[in-house]
Amino acid sequence: MSDQELEYARLLKRRHLISSGFEWGCRIATFSALLFLGILLLGVVWQAWGWLDTQYLTSFDSRRPKAAGLLAGLWGTFWLILFTAIFTVPIGVGAAIYLEEYARDSWFTRVIKVNLANLAGVPSIVYGMLGVTAFVRMFGWFSAVDDLRIETYLGFGTLAIPLPLGRCLLAGSCTLSLLILPIVIIASQEALRAVPPSIRHASYALGATKWQTIRHQVLPAATPGISTGIILSLSRAMGETAPLIMIGALTYLAFAPGNLNTPMDGIRDPQLILDAPFDMFTSIPIQIFNWVGQPKSEFQHVAAAGSLVLLVLLVLFNATAIVIRNRAQKRITW
Amino acid sequence: MNTTLNDPMDELAPTTSSEPATEKTERFVKPVAPVEIPETASLSVDAATKVCTRNLDFYYGNNQVLFDVSLDIPEKSVTALIGPSGCGKSTFLRTLNRMNDIIEGTRHTGEVLLEGTDIYASEIDVVLLRKRVGMVFQKSTPFPKSIFENIAYGPKVAGLRNKARLAEIVEASLKRAALWDEVKDRLQDSAMALSGGQQQRLCIARTLATNPDVILMDEPASALDPASTARVEDLIFELRKNYTIVIVTHNMQQAARVSQQTAFFFQGILVETGVTKELFTNPVEKQTEDYITGRFG
Repeated sequence: MSDQELEYARLLKRRHLISSGFEWGCRIATFSALLFLGILLLGVVWQAWGWLDTQYLTSFDSRRPKAAGLLAGLWGTFWLILFTAIFTVPIGVGAAIYLEEYARDSWFTRVIKVNLANLAGVPSIVYGMLGVTAFVRMFGWFSAVDDLRIETYLGFGTLAIPLPLGRCLLAGSCTLSLLILPIVIIASQEALRAVPPSIRHASYALGATKWQTIRHQVLPAATPGISTGIILSLSRAMGETAPLIMIGALTYLAFAPGNLNTPMDGIRDPQLILDAPFDMFTSIPIQIFNWVGQPKSEFQHVAAAGSLVLLVLLVLFNATAIVIRNRAQKRITW
Repeated sequence: MNTTLNDPMDELAPTTSSEPATEKTERFVKPVAPVEIPETASLSVDAATKVCTRNLDFYYGNNQVLFDVSLDIPEKSVTALIGPSGCGKSTFLRTLNRMNDIIEGTRHTGEVLLEGTDIYASEIDVVLLRKRVGMVFQKSTPFPKSIFENIAYGPKVAGLRNKARLAEIVEASLKRAALWDEVKDRLQDSAMALSGGQQQRLCIARTLATNPDVILMDEPASALDPASTARVEDLIFELRKNYTIVIVTHNMQQAARVSQQTAFFFQGILVETGVTKELFTNPVEKQTEDYITGRFG
């Protein structure tokens, strides 16, 4: 063997050592992340054990730890996410379709696209401030009139919209919508971009209009990506606390929005459904935040039970996203 | 739209960067075999002109890709467009149904006349035009829907709702595309499950379903195996009896087999047009001769 080959043989050992060293480094990184996640889950379950029961899920908050429950937060989160979805889906998907399918490449659209990414990174507390100004106070436009409201009779009840919105649930939903819109738009844009241009061209070549091409070819193909994006952003909104506290969500609340405590209440008196969006509210993360700050140590268990409920809801949400994606992917393969 | 490298419209834009390499390889690999000319490669003299272009210049931004192209396309016949990669033949094809409109920054001067009417005139509805001038792409592009839905798409978007009528159109189109016997028992299956050759014939059937006058084909068999290619060629050959067909092809044997008229493009210029038999046996221009004998390409 020449000197050069001896040198190579010596280096080979070192090269293999570095290679397996890197593998171990990555392995440790993965398992340490999993370890902390496991500790968190175990801790939450341990603390919540015996506290998470039917009484907990069907009672309102209380000064006594044993009697405290999550009902106000459950209803609050339900209404918040419902309205957030109602506002976010059409606006977010519409904006993405406009930017991807219609907007010509110009200075203006490029500025929008760059800034969407920036908006997605703005801290949520900033959105809280925006929400207070834009929705709770409505820029002070209606401060001259006291207790102004728009009332419409809808056949089964009266829809009364206060102006400004004030510290109500709808203001919270609007704020959360603003918070997740950039994420929804970006995710939808990516889903639309992933639809092969050849499909669009084939559709045009068969005499379809732009709308028909979007409706029959582009949107169906992009739906899995879009819905995954929507669900993941909604689950982010579900866990948001800071902007809602800024909006003025209450930390202690002994009723559900609109006094709608069971779905049956809504069937018995539909007026309650119309009242709920404009009522005061709390949410699961806010209740958790409140309990953690209580001096009585038993409230830590109450908080852990709340965290467990929130975690289970988020897992269910994300599992839905995965199921939707897999189902649609089976149908569509390019 | 976005200006990144993977611009969604790239597929339509002319290939530029990879060209020299392909040309070079083709030059060395291509066997210098004489092109066999079948008797069908000629044109009856009385064929009327269906589509023609007059002094057509075409630009992608500031890049001119077609220079003063004037070509008459006779009806109920196959016109083959041949030439090396990037010679403008695909761009020319797409000016005939205004598919280039989709790309930003394209413009043209001169005229494209369909039965004497300028298709770029302001009163022409491009949706209607594309129904009359159908197109089949190089890569088969079945929609991720059932075979039935694929064929019925054109009539449906045009507004046909009658289920019985749609079923008739689907059957007739599939029969004309010689695909009916293979798929009649599984019309509701996904079109994505068909083989490559079947998918391409499905795309042809889908185009036929809109009842076009003219069918444009952009290298329709270039991604297919020899057996599927033969079937698609047979189909094109049959279809010329009822339709005016313009086909872009890299394969000169194919041009000779299916076409009656051939147009040779080089660097955006229409070098020579003629009855296929004449052009292949007795080309006028030196460039044409060099290309069809495989001396460059």
